[in-house]
Amino acid sequence: MSALELRGVSKSYGSGEHATQVLRNINLKVEKGDFVAIVGYSGAGKTTLMSIIAGLCKADRGDVLLNDKAMKGPGPDRGLVFQNYSLLPWLSAFDNIMLAVNQVFKDWTLEQKTAQVEKFLAMVKLKDAAKKKPHELSGGMRQRVSVARALATNPEMLLMDEPLGALDALTRATLQDEIEKIWRVNRTTAVLITNDVDEGILLADRIIPLSAGPGATLGPEFRIDIPRPRDRKAMVHDLEFRSIRNKVIGYLLGPGARKKPGKPDAPMVLATQAEEVLA
Amino acid sequence: MNSPQQRFLEFSHLSMSFPKGDGTVSKVVVDFDLTVAKGEFVCLIGHSGCGKSTVLSVLAGLVNATEGGAIVDGREVTEPGIDRGIVFQQPNLLPWLSAFDNVMMAVNAAFPKLSRKDRSLKAIHFLTLVGLQDAMTKKSGELSAGMRQRVGIARAFALDPKVLLLDEPFGMLDSLTRFELQQVLLDLWATDKKTAFMVTHDVDEALFLADRVVMMTSGPGAKVGKIVEVPFGRPRDRVGIMEHPEYYAYRDTLIDFLNSQEHGKAA
Repeated sequence: MSALELRGVSKSYGSGEHATQVLRNINLKVEKGDFVAIVGYSGAGKTTLMSIIAGLCKADRGDVLLNDKAMKGPGPDRGLVFQNYSLLPWLSAFDNIMLAVNQVFKDWTLEQKTAQVEKFLAMVKLKDAAKKKPHELSGGMRQRVSVARALATNPEMLLMDEPLGALDALTRATLQDEIEKIWRVNRTTAVLITNDVDEGILLADRIIPLSAGPGATLGPEFRIDIPRPRDRKAMVHDLEFRSIRNKVIGYLLGPGARKKPGKPDAPMVLATQAEEVLA
Repeated sequence: MNSPQQRFLEFSHLSMSFPKGDGTVSKVVVDFDLTVAKGEFVCLIGHSGCGKSTVLSVLAGLVNATEGGAIVDGREVTEPGIDRGIVFQQPNLLPWLSAFDNVMMAVNAAFPKLSRKDRSLKAIHFLTLVGLQDAMTKKSGELSAGMRQRVGIARAFALDPKVLLLDEPFGMLDSLTRFELQQVLLDLWATDKKTAFMVTHDVDEALFLADRVVMMTSGPGAKVGKIVEVPFGRPRDRVGIMEHPEYYAYRDTLIDFLNSQEHGKAA
């Protein structure tokens, strides 16, 4: 039984002549406890794919199965982390997480819920910032709140859509290490969408490139058997890391690449273009 | 090593100090010496804040060095000029102008004697080379970050400068878009081999683009630490050089140098 399965999923936006196919024939299986990274270009359709898995939008064709049953829509069984954090600005870090806990664990006592929120705040090292509002927190801290919120509902699956895309390189590295550590403890089934090949290899058990759109589809997948805990600095020297890195980048710059920039046209064509632009 | 072609671009005893609040002086860069040959592509790598951009700013003529300075084609740099095309991290386009008009602004300044049609052809030529043939009339505000930086590159090349200065031009872009634009830059550079001086902290980028990678020590008192000659032939193909048996050995050299220069660990 797979925790998540996509069979022949396709999705287009627009209709008739203006329709653009975003995703084409996506097939994916994620087993329970698996950490899968999908890496692709900006604008390739990564967020559309994640929205389909989250139940926020519907595929035109194909099936989405959760635990072998057709997925019915969004639900608290899938915890989401977005690039833009999506925190409520008027609530403290604590209350943002409590909001999610309240929704999911309606029959818990207040003490139980408070303990749950505190546990996950501690896990992302934000105990001292519990009372702060999002605008009082740095980007990295906001994303930690968002990760804590996603995990505090004890989801069966964690879906992360470019969670670290808006952060600077140093903060990103710190949070990657933390996500890896938290995941090692929780072993929640996880799907990570990213445009950073190194991030995917550092965190996941499998990495799958998504070709550039329109009509993006998944490329060959690569198993990452580098033992955990994984150390970013040591990994750079790891032969397996290098080989996977080369293959994924090779796919994304080769068969899965975006349309190449054009070669300059003949002078006549350029002259016609010049007249058009000048007109 | 002494012909004018070999010393096309030169940094000589370049030092930069800033007065501190307490009356003492903070020496950021001390005795930075480097010679770049005509047509060479040099990348300068180092940690954030080590003074890389200061060196580049002196070369651009945006600041004056406290001591020493930069020489381009036999003339000391004292002010900015269109003989040096610059690509910054932010492309600094005028958002209300089209991609075409942004490039035209530079072309108009550099080639006032050309006819309007010839200037347009030049702008279109370079916009086409960076892959923007279908987006020339779009306002730069409507373009993605990657496309905006393509305009920035086209604009710098369209000036036909003696030297191309690049200050972390892809720092704001995601890693895959960065790969694409590095290829665009390299293809464009290969057409007329401009002397290029680029500041970056991305070791893969430096190895892919440069003939030589110059590593800068961490400040205070930063200078040239180590220089690596990149052995990969041209034209370069990313996957090809990554599979080169020596690629990761070179990459390790750069990473190990950077790691040894982390703040607090500087020798």
